[in-house]
Amino acid sequence: MSALTNTLVGPSSSKVSRVVGIMAIIATVFMLLLALVWSPPEIDQADAVRLFYVHVPSAVIALYVAFTITLIGSIQYLRKRSVFWDLLAHASTEIGVLFCALVLVTGMLWGKPTWGVYWQWDPRLTSTTVTFVLYTGYLAIRRMDLDPAVRSKRAAILGIVSFANLIIVRYSVEWWRSIHQSATFGLDTQLDDLMLFTVFWAVVTFLLIFTWLLIHRFRLAWFEHQASTSSLDDAIAARRAERSHPPLAGESV
Amino acid sequence: MHWEFVIPGYLIVFGSLATYVVLLLGRIRAMAQRVPENKRSFLE
Repeated sequence: MSALTNTLVGPSSSKVSRVVGIMAIIATVFMLLLALVWSPPEIDQADAVRLFYVHVPSAVIALYVAFTITLIGSIQYLRKRSVFWDLLAHASTEIGVLFCALVLVTGMLWGKPTWGVYWQWDPRLTSTTVTFVLYTGYLAIRRMDLDPAVRSKRAAILGIVSFANLIIVRYSVEWWRSIHQSATFGLDTQLDDLMLFTVFWAVVTFLLIFTWLLIHRFRLAWFEHQASTSSLDDAIAARRAERSHPPLAGESV
Repeated sequence: MHWEFVIPGYLIVFGSLATYVVLLLGRIRAMAQRVPENKRSFLE
C-alpha cells in the first residue's frame, strides 16, 4: 500500500508514472498503425469497423474499469472514512466520465454508416446515456459547497447506487430487443485474427492511458485536499495566536 | 469507404485525451504551488 500511495502522490512525476507514460505513447503509435493501416476493412462495415478499435476500449475502460474503481473506492470510504479511497473514487469517476462521453460519440459515428442514423433510443444507448448522466451528477456533488465529510458521503452513496445501472447496460442487449449487437467478445466471436488482435491491443493501450491519467488525477486530488486542509490549519493557527494575545484596551476586536 | 466517419472519430478521441492531459498537468502544476513541499507526499 505504501509503495502504491508513494507512486500516486509523489511531489512531481514519479519513475513509475514516467514509465507508464512512455509505454502508453509507444502502445498508442502501434495501435494507430494497427487500427488505421494494417488491419483490413470488414466485409459489411468496410472501414467503419475501425471505429470499433476506439469505441470498444473506451467502453471497457469507462464501464468496467473506471466505474468499478469508483464503486470499490466508495464502499471503502463509507467503511473506513479513508481519504485515499475517497480521492481515488473521485479521480476514477472523472476519467470514467471522459471515456463514457467518447463511447457515446464514437458509437454515434459508427451508427450512421452502419444503421443509417446517428442515434436511436435503443436500450444499450439509453442506459449508457443514463450512466453518463449519473456519473456527471457524481462530479457535480463533488463541486457542491458542503462540509467535505458530507460531500464525500453523498458522492460515495451515488457512486454505489449508480453501479446498478452498469448491470443494466451490460445485459440490456439480452433483456430487450435492441439494434445494438450483443457482447463483442464471446465463444462464438468471428473476427479476422488481425482485427481481433487490434481490438485486444487497443484495450491494452487504453488501459495504459487510463493508468497514467489515474495516477495524475489522484495526485491533483491529493494536492487539492492538502491545499484545503493547509488553509484551514493556517486559519486555526491565526485564531489561536489572536487568543493568546488579547486585544488591548481601546483596540478594536 | 466511411473514412469521413473514421477520421473525425479518431480526432475526437485522441484530441479529447490530449486536451485532458494538458489541462490536468496544468492544474497539477498550479495546485502544487499552493501546497507546502512537506505536505505533498501522501505518507507524511
